[in-house]
Amino acid sequence: MRIDCKHVWEYISAYIDGEVDAALRAEIDRHLETCEVCSAILDSTRNVVVLVADHRVFELPVEFSTRLHARLERELA
Amino acid sequence: MGQALYIFLVASPGHPTDFPQVKTAPNPEHESECIRRILQGEKHLFHDLIRPCERSIYFLLFSLLHNEAEAEDAAQETVIKAYRNLHSFRGDSQFRTWVLSIARNEGLGRIRKGESRKEDSLDALTEDQGGDYTPAFLTSWREVPIESLERKELGEILREAIEGLPAIYRNVLLLRDIEEMDVKETAAALGITEGSVKVRLHRARAMLQRDLAPRLKGFAPKRARLFGWGA
Repeated sequence: MRIDCKHVWEYISAYIDGEVDAALRAEIDRHLETCEVCSAILDSTRNVVVLVADHRVFELPVEFSTRLHARLERELA
Repeated sequence: MGQALYIFLVASPGHPTDFPQVKTAPNPEHESECIRRILQGEKHLFHDLIRPCERSIYFLLFSLLHNEAEAEDAAQETVIKAYRNLHSFRGDSQFRTWVLSIARNEGLGRIRKGESRKEDSLDALTEDQGGDYTPAFLTSWREVPIESLERKELGEILREAIEGLPAIYRNVLLLRDIEEMDVKETAAALGITEGSVKVRLHRARAMLQRDLAPRLKGFAPKRARLFGWGA
């Protein structure tokens, strides 16, 4: 099976999560070895996943937890 | 490189919030013991039980409601409801999954009551949207500009991009990539199939890549320009 760029894009997310089977992964890997565009798309997608997972991007409101547990304490009393 | 950096970041201390910003994986054995003792009268243990879930609760509700104050109020309601209904938790899912389904119902209930939220209507939360997900083309992007997160501007770009996603994709991205829940738990919390989780996550990431990749190139470390960042 030979796969093209569009095929690779369809599986990028599953590829990053390790959810493609061994045969497809091997095909994608082979494609990535020679396709600079797909390789850069994979890198950028993976990097976006890393960046959005950083807790500095989404932080709880200041004192959120304090207020939550104070409310809970009133309920438990 | 990305994986190693990621592990470092999730364990990175020093963020200005109430509790350490370390992602806390639920411990099912600890949970079930905790729940047993709470139901036998040690009510104060509910604080410990809910603490690892509170980030996920808040951000799921923020994703649904798009309003900090309302998300916080809904998060408090969710926690109170979880406590009052703890006796009905059967243990056939993770505690966090159960709490997040309460949060989801709380959020959807508030959306039903609100009339002004046209953007994130219930339809938008339940219907998959088709569309073209052609990625952004780059000549190269091999460096993660992670140190740039210290700059507020990058954080704002990321938040804006995520908040701009259609709700059904944003909710899945938030639970899978930000709160690190697995496919099964995400599906249970959102009341959708595991297949839908995978499809929506793929589309969410593709949309973010298309939106963010060209813009984030500007945050590359200067040395990386030698390798094509500036292209």
